[in-house]
Amino acid sequence: MGLRTFIEGWPVYRQLTGTDPLGRGAAAKSDGSRALTARTEDADSVARSVCPYCAVGCGQRVFVKDGQVSQIEGDPDSPISRGRLCPKGSASKSLVTSPLRQTTVRYRRPYSTQWEDLELDTALDMIADRMLAAREQTWEDVDTQGRPLNRTLGFSSLGGATLDNEENYLIKKLFTAMGALQIENQARI
Amino acid sequence: MAEAHPVGFQWVMEAKRRGAKVFHVDPRFTRTSAVADSYLPIRAGTDIALLGGVVRYILDNELDFREYVLSYTNAATIVSEEFSDTEDGDGFFSGFDPETGTYVQDSWQYEGNEGSSGSGHTAKERDSASGLEHESHGAQIDGDTPRDETLQHPRCVYQILKRHFARYTPEMVERVCGIPQDKFLELAEAWTRNSGRERTGMLIYSVGWTQHSVGVQYIRTGAIIQLLLGNMGRPGGGVMALRGHASIQGSTDIPTLFNLLPGYLPMPHHADHPTFDEWVDSIRHPGQKGFWGNAGSFAASLLKAYWGDAATPENDYCYGYLPRLTGDHGTYQQVLNMIDGKIKGYFLLGQNPAVGSAHGRAQRLGMANLDWLVVRDLFMIESATFWQNGPEVATGEIVPKECRTEVFFLPAASHVEKEGTFTQTQRLLQWREKAVEPPGDARSELWFFYHLGRKLREKLADSPLPRDRALLDLTWDYPTHGPQAEPSAEAVLREINGYDVATGRPLSSFAEARADGSTAIGCWIYTGVYADGVNQAARRKSRHEQDWVAAEWGWAWPANRRILYNRASADPDGNPWSERKRYVWWDAEKSEWTGYDVPDFEKTKPPSYQPPPGASGTEGIAGDDPFIMQGDGKGWLYAPSGVLDGPLPTHYEPVESPVRNPLYGQQANPTRKMYAHPVNSVNPSPPEQHSQVFPYVFTVSRLTEHHTAGAMSRTVSPLAELQPEMFVEVSPELAVERGLAHLGWAHLVSGRAVIEAKVLVTDRLTPLRVENRLIHQVWLPYHFGFEGLVTGDSANDLFGISLDPNVLIQESKVGTCDVRPGRRPTGPALLDLVADYQRRAGINPGHNAPAVTTDSEGKEHGAS
Ligand code: SF4
Repeated sequence: MGLRTFIEGWPVYRQLTGTDPLGRGAAAKSDGSRALTARTEDADSVARSVCPYCAVGCGQRVFVKDGQVSQIEGDPDSPISRGRLCPKGSASKSLVTSPLRQTTVRYRRPYSTQWEDLELDTALDMIADRMLAAREQTWEDVDTQGRPLNRTLGFSSLGGATLDNEENYLIKKLFTAMGALQIENQARI
Repeated sequence: MAEAHPVGFQWVMEAKRRGAKVFHVDPRFTRTSAVADSYLPIRAGTDIALLGGVVRYILDNELDFREYVLSYTNAATIVSEEFSDTEDGDGFFSGFDPETGTYVQDSWQYEGNEGSSGSGHTAKERDSASGLEHESHGAQIDGDTPRDETLQHPRCVYQILKRHFARYTPEMVERVCGIPQDKFLELAEAWTRNSGRERTGMLIYSVGWTQHSVGVQYIRTGAIIQLLLGNMGRPGGGVMALRGHASIQGSTDIPTLFNLLPGYLPMPHHADHPTFDEWVDSIRHPGQKGFWGNAGSFAASLLKAYWGDAATPENDYCYGYLPRLTGDHGTYQQVLNMIDGKIKGYFLLGQNPAVGSAHGRAQRLGMANLDWLVVRDLFMIESATFWQNGPEVATGEIVPKECRTEVFFLPAASHVEKEGTFTQTQRLLQWREKAVEPPGDARSELWFFYHLGRKLREKLADSPLPRDRALLDLTWDYPTHGPQAEPSAEAVLREINGYDVATGRPLSSFAEARADGSTAIGCWIYTGVYADGVNQAARRKSRHEQDWVAAEWGWAWPANRRILYNRASADPDGNPWSERKRYVWWDAEKSEWTGYDVPDFEKTKPPSYQPPPGASGTEGIAGDDPFIMQGDGKGWLYAPSGVLDGPLPTHYEPVESPVRNPLYGQQANPTRKMYAHPVNSVNPSPPEQHSQVFPYVFTVSRLTEHHTAGAMSRTVSPLAELQPEMFVEVSPELAVERGLAHLGWAHLVSGRAVIEAKVLVTDRLTPLRVENRLIHQVWLPYHFGFEGLVTGDSANDLFGISLDPNVLIQESKVGTCDVRPGRRPTGPALLDLVADYQRRAGINPGHNAPAVTTDSEGKEHGAS
């Protein structure tokens, strides 16, 4: 290595003489960093998505490698966000891959002091039975003047603003057909 | 906005770079204030006084955009002589019924329509939050109304407005809001200057505005200003609501709300809507003008989507299957009913009321008194573990071994583990592709509800009971795919869009909806999102490849329209107001409306069109009436119906305030919804005794780094690390007054709770001079709870339950409290401290102070 090559190898030299005076781009690169590739480059697939936090609706690109989310970035094509994400949107990968996520059904018996495991299908069955029982116990056919009520006030539901339109549609449709009126979500708070 | 909607805020900065002047009004100096041209600190809960001051400034100086105001608003319309204003009623409009605490609206109507329009008595409307129905259309009103185009008639809306706001002077703004007059005048001057043919101004609010006992009237005042300045329906104008969750708009349009059905159709009321025809007529008001005249088609099509072949014209499309309202079934009423043991089961779907709703203790006590609770979330949230780790376990109010609530925690799929649409804050639907499978037992709500419905129907398959027909006749045959039998979200979206029953062809526009059972539509305002069988919400044409309106990115309701009422972007003759503000205009050669956006008007109705006498429905809308969903086609400066607490906004003090209302004898909104329940209470305000027990005003809002009740951020390490602790911001002056040390501890006490927080002494908060006294305000983030990577006491625990009468949303952006140095007591001592404060303040839980203020002489106001 000649002296000139040696000096030109110094980041500070490149920073002062090159096109990157702030030293945030090419000037700061080393052989090590030059050999790195972005996680986004070797992804198996990319899904076009939307940030799950606030209602701005920033575009996201979700990169997948070996069946796992490897990176989530802002979508530069979006006319809303132009590729940007705020701290929350940028943390979306940490959200979906958080080790704190619950991935199994948990069940707490009445008067119990701890959680136990439960099969998903069993849980679904138990919930359906409880809904039908509550509905039966609290069903109202008509009011005191004989006008139809067709309803149960025996159970309630809260939440929907973090969910998809299609999901809200099914929730409302199913509960309404059961006569369940007390459906609410974050729009009320 | 920079704090809570940071990426949206880039457009404010873009506008500023191009010369826009940015004003920021907030009780606390934030990142938004830091880059605004001017920052106005305000006493929390006084926005109507500030905005009313702007209305007065416009009218007094005749700075309204007169051509727009005359043609496009109801400024010239003459109001009944039976109407009397709050200025004459010491805070009451005519028609107040002290018995129910609500108004009879007959006297608010336009002249000659006193009995024939409006809603009459509004007590029932308050209980069913019927204000929400107007999200897609205005309240009904007879279209043929007397007008005075000179605006001189003493009872025309313009003159009424002028008198109503006459006392909202710069001095009054200063007295009420604590905003110095020069700051106020700078705002009023800049706002009015950005008006007219060449210029527009925009008003942006976040949904904290709705969390007041007068929240709807805040927004009304903003809308009045924007109409007076000609800023509605035009590019660079409008009132922009920044909503707080990814699809909170969608879950209002396709409501998981008790009082609505999809597309803002009202849930039927047992007494008012016994039959299908009565239900439909209550929406469309036969004989009245406007697009809502087609309500029958939307209603029949919804029932057809629900009940398919079983729904026929002969059986009124199974209208009888719909459950009926009898009153208030909202979330706060529900929680009180849970405490009283009336509700057995509860589903929580991505919502965490133990932290996110007002009066956290009531929420947790309610959940501890259920038979069963189903929590579906990504994380183990406070609302799932209240029986184990909640603050009431520490105080002994909830004993795990005695708490009978059976809890099912079912893990949910995240936004990348399912496909579907979110509707963001500008009504734009964006489809998300699925990236990966959900882990373990995690499932989408689509999966959960589809398979739950399947099981319920199986269990009832042989039932002979009439009440089970609605479930058994339901169309519930969505195709499924993949190893978990995930239902097809596209199939659901197609049903939402609507289709021709005979051919299955997806509809392109809600104009195709029919009342004869030939169309099925899940949500009529979304018709078009699946036009031509194409998922229009999945469109992702790059912003680099289309114009600035970006009409081919996603799909906006209605009809992919990006600015509502955009007919108003052209002058009455149909020409752009100016070259600069060109948006939608009449093309005389082609005889049609055209422009950058989808015109919000009948495409070929010329600007010169005048309806024949007696015309109703869309025929009744003139060629220069841009507000086509309103019964008179006009933007309403004055709302003769649809708003329950008054045709005009009036300043009332927050329910908890240290200050006597400087404008009226009536202290707080007389129509607010109150709950006299032993768990609930309201801190006293003047003229009641003992308001000094809670001398400070507190307000809450968001941090950039956290999200709502924290379930999606306190569990995520980078975000938890950025904002690791619950804290309270106090001014240096208050720190001295109360002996609070920076980075030390403080606790805050209200009549409901005591919470603790680390102290941040900062001049981001400043004491305000109000009515010749110094008012201290403190600020708290509301994200913290007892689960997750970072924990802290919940600010929402401090609030009681008092609601806006129009939409039943709670006042949770302002309350009163005491602030004390050091940590809070624990265990039973904590309850003793709250009880001691209640005693000193004369609070008798379960007993509200009367809604109508009794002044010091004991004379009752209003009700004249
Ligand atoms: S990235 Fe930030 S601003 Fe954009 S939608 Fe997500 S939370 Fe909102």
